[in-house]
Amino acid sequence: MTSVVSARTRADLAGLNASTAVLAGGSWLFSEPQDHLSGLIDITTLGWEPVTVTEHGLSIAATCTLAEVAATEQQPGWRAHPLFFQCCTALFGSFKVWSVATVGGNICSSLPAGPMTALGCALEADAVIWKADGTDQRLPVADFVTGNATNVLGTGDVLRSIEIGWPALQSQTAYRKIALSPLGRSGAVLVGRLAADGTFVLTITAATSRPVQLRFGALPRLSQLDAAVAEVDQWFTDAHGAADWRRAVGRVLAAEIATELAAGAR
Amino acid sequence: MTFVINDAQLEVTPRPGQCLRTLLRETGHLEVKKGCDAGDCGACTVLIDGSPVHSCIYPATRADGRTVTTVTGLGTAEHLCPLQESFVAAGGFQCGFCTAGMIVTASALTEADPADLPRLLKSNLCRCTGYRSIADAIAGVRNTDELAGPGVERSGVGRSGVGRSVGAPAGRRVVSGQEPYTLDVAVPGLLHLVVLGSPHPHARIVSIDTAAARALPGVVAVLTAQDAPDTLFSTARHESRLDDPDDTRILDTVVRFRGQRVAAVVAESLAVAEHARRVIEVEYEILPAVFDPETARSPGAPKLHADKDDVTSRIADPDRNVAALLHGEYGDIAAGLAEADVVVSGRWQTSRVAHAQLETHATVGWLDDDGRLVLRTSSQVPFLVRDEIARLFELLPDQVRVFTARVGGGFGGKQEILTEDLVALAVLTTGRPVQYEFTRTDEFTTAPCRHPFRVDVTLGATTDGMLTAMQVDVLTDTGAYGNHGPGVMHHGCHESIAVYRVPNKRVDAEAVYTNNLPSGAFRGYGLGQVIFAIESAMDDLADRLGVDPYQLRRLNVIRPGDPLVVIQPGGADLIFGSYGLDQCLDLAEAALRRGNGVEPPSGQQWRTGEGVGLAMIATIPPRGHFSEAALAVDADGRYTISVGTAEFGNGTTTVHTQIVASAMNTQACRVSIQQSDTDGSGYDTGAFGSAGIVVAGKALLTAASALTSVLQQRCAVRSGLPAGRWAPYPDGMRAGDRSLSFAELVDAGQPLQATGRHDGDPRSLAFNVHGFRVAVNTVTGEVRVLQSVQAADAGYVMNPEQCRGQIEGGVAQAIGSSLFEEMIMDGQGRVTTSVLRNYHIPQLADLPTTEIYFAETHDDLGPFGAKSMSESPYNPVAPALANAIKNAIGIRPYELPMSRDRIWRLLRR
Repeated sequence: MTSVVSARTRADLAGLNASTAVLAGGSWLFSEPQDHLSGLIDITTLGWEPVTVTEHGLSIAATCTLAEVAATEQQPGWRAHPLFFQCCTALFGSFKVWSVATVGGNICSSLPAGPMTALGCALEADAVIWKADGTDQRLPVADFVTGNATNVLGTGDVLRSIEIGWPALQSQTAYRKIALSPLGRSGAVLVGRLAADGTFVLTITAATSRPVQLRFGALPRLSQLDAAVAEVDQWFTDAHGAADWRRAVGRVLAAEIATELAAGAR
Repeated sequence: MTFVINDAQLEVTPRPGQCLRTLLRETGHLEVKKGCDAGDCGACTVLIDGSPVHSCIYPATRADGRTVTTVTGLGTAEHLCPLQESFVAAGGFQCGFCTAGMIVTASALTEADPADLPRLLKSNLCRCTGYRSIADAIAGVRNTDELAGPGVERSGVGRSGVGRSVGAPAGRRVVSGQEPYTLDVAVPGLLHLVVLGSPHPHARIVSIDTAAARALPGVVAVLTAQDAPDTLFSTARHESRLDDPDDTRILDTVVRFRGQRVAAVVAESLAVAEHARRVIEVEYEILPAVFDPETARSPGAPKLHADKDDVTSRIADPDRNVAALLHGEYGDIAAGLAEADVVVSGRWQTSRVAHAQLETHATVGWLDDDGRLVLRTSSQVPFLVRDEIARLFELLPDQVRVFTARVGGGFGGKQEILTEDLVALAVLTTGRPVQYEFTRTDEFTTAPCRHPFRVDVTLGATTDGMLTAMQVDVLTDTGAYGNHGPGVMHHGCHESIAVYRVPNKRVDAEAVYTNNLPSGAFRGYGLGQVIFAIESAMDDLADRLGVDPYQLRRLNVIRPGDPLVVIQPGGADLIFGSYGLDQCLDLAEAALRRGNGVEPPSGQQWRTGEGVGLAMIATIPPRGHFSEAALAVDADGRYTISVGTAEFGNGTTTVHTQIVASAMNTQACRVSIQQSDTDGSGYDTGAFGSAGIVVAGKALLTAASALTSVLQQRCAVRSGLPAGRWAPYPDGMRAGDRSLSFAELVDAGQPLQATGRHDGDPRSLAFNVHGFRVAVNTVTGEVRVLQSVQAADAGYVMNPEQCRGQIEGGVAQAIGSSLFEEMIMDGQGRVTTSVLRNYHIPQLADLPTTEIYFAETHDDLGPFGAKSMSESPYNPVAPALANAIKNAIGIRPYELPMSRDRIWRLLRR
């Protein structure tokens, strides 16, 4: 490692390449040997406002920490607000890591168990990417993550923010997490979102190699939901759970979510 | 950049990409520990502007302009903050390596937080305590006896003798980060050593090109096989070096597991050494490899050590990859099975487990002014290391000094030479001080792990519940090298089998080489694995017979007077110095019957069950365990213990001071200790096999008696009164109303010293019984412990709180390996769980509070009637848990860990 540049403007990101990476919170980057890197560009010095309420909803900067996400204040009509804290608790690291780990870093690491990926997907957030060519790109967070630790970013691209629309914030949500130990690294994180218009989306992360979303025009019957979850084919095996178990507990948690949302809707 | 650290201004320029942890340690803040360097364990926690962060994943530059507080900033040994005082009072640590980070984290918790402690402390890992005492410390519970206070200093042995819960002498330094561990020392001119590991599980090194590495500025040496002695040795260390196979070289030209040393780089900095490592070019001839022990001992398998002589290397059968074997029969097994009304059998499998001591293996070495080699190392066995290093480098033992500071956890993993030999080679080659520190990933991928065992058990019994036959077949995977393989296999098949009176027994056991990483010594030393199988089979037998599982055990366990039989009656060196197994069974059963008021979770998916398991252990390792201790008293009545055994959280230091307090009728605070230094005391085999109290402590007690005799003689000469009428008191010696002060008895500056020895023979037997009540979720496989009880026969308990802590710690590790822990291999010799976040050691959230009960016994052999109690609490836990799960769901788990996915799968079968 020979250089760390504190970025002040978008132009400072031009130095990104195969051996120069983005530094945000550093909690993942510093946690493993990075022998291929000789330089870092620190994006936390760009001065991005962590959380901004906009006319369309909520914009969360990539450099917003999990601690800031967890502490986001409730606003009138935000029925989905509990999900912010709940998803933070799905991080393997404790509150100490929340204070440095960032939303962008978590999503860009694109690990199946990334809790900010779960949050972004569940709330239908768009990822805003500053492309290396100077343009901006916008796509759903669910499409941003393409596989276990892979995503759409090209060399020099930087995730700028995720943007959550009002309808998602006004939805009723239900959250479930399971691991091989009480508070261990997630084996499955499922979030159900029941929108004001009655539509229902189930987001499955941590259990599948990339986020899976199941959409229904209305809250489905348990058997219908179970059949849909059972048909998902991206369950994977690692130290945090075997694929067959993940599929099974995914079905259990999906049913609990639907039951909770049905009770809340009455 | 400039920042404030513990109220001092610091100006420093971090290296690009440097983390705060290394910056702090380089500026002298050695209280900031390295446990993982990955943000997982929390040992390096510091406050930044009052907010706790893991300094190992915190970019150093971000401290610019901020205020950093370490544990020493919270309070020093002289002026502890209230939270640090609480950790001392609660005895909230054992090795203490996690404590600095634990206290800094806890200091940031607010009053509203206690109920949320499991979540808030999930990134603070302790491998020793099982967390109960840590939670107590945070809650302000006092567990140790109060020693300070008016009048206590003059009141004689008072509260600090044996039988009292004295706190660890190092307590105030541990909680303030001021107790130095292995690498907490600044050595001028220090070089750093890194190892290039083999990328292949089995290969011959054809050539190594080190030219590019040597050419790098800052590289001092690159060491390969041609630079190292060609002497075969074993990384395992025992009193007799003949116990372990000589099958290892410091640097070999054949590598037999992934990650095995190929070359070592010694450089001015770690970064340069790592850079140089990347440019070493190695040509390998890849050899066929074998990863399954059954395949490895079958015809046609690649042979790992066929180049060795079976006799001189002490390998049972190199042509079959068998490092050690035991085959034999007592009575007539066929007749015993024929005679049985009920026969049960099964095949059990345990997994690889990592020690995960918070302090990784490390050595720093140098040449002293006399040119002697000095090694400061994280070891349980400094004397054994000294002797083997001397042998390897053809030095006399007195040309080598090996010592330890406080060791950050052991659990058997540091009864092994893993860093000392390379540091010795590097120091002798370069003439300069050299440090070699394992990374956490080195620990997971190259340090010996717990042996995975496959155990077949067949039991036969008559309808009245009497055992007629016990047949045990054991296959262990010792990995690429033999090291502790023979010992673990033999010990595993000993007390586990001998605890039952069975007229017909058969044992077939083999420890087999594979191209997996080596296995090694781990708490229980093989017993836990075999006991898991036998105690599970006993439970099946109770089920089939319709006999209560406690009753079945009572009917069949050995009692004083019975011979200790595995495949033949044992020798006279192992005897019943006391017997508390009957009490342990009663205590555990009564506690579970009594219950603890914890209700199972609601919901029809939950099933509940109870289970029990028992364990016996010899109190001392066989074939000699020696200690020579000295006790000196000065003219001020201050005592100094010199003893070779090491402190790594086992608490022997505390008990040694208590022994002196009781034997010399003084206070523990007047006793200091000089330990684990080959220059500092007589010989000691080392701190393994739970020998710190029953061997070193016994030697110390003998030294105390000898010192008393010398003092009595002096008193007799001075007074004319018979020597026997004089007895020690804190300020000197007393006979009735006459007294002589230490100043009158001992010359100033010339302390009076006496020595004592113990040879670890004969040995006694200790017992543990564990009981569980659990709830099992039949749709997710979750196992929730509702009640956990352990009854222990520790003889006379010299320090109840510490002994409780040892039992809790053993139970915690055993619950870890029963429910969560598993080193997952890829089938090609690669460990895939190479960081703590992928290898789950218990967090606070994972562990129940275990009720601990002590049998009331007094041992004929141990000091003050005490027995060992460090390894054995681990051993009955897995089968007790398996039996409870079986009782709950009606299906037996045969494989560890009994993880949620495995239990779920059992239910789906």
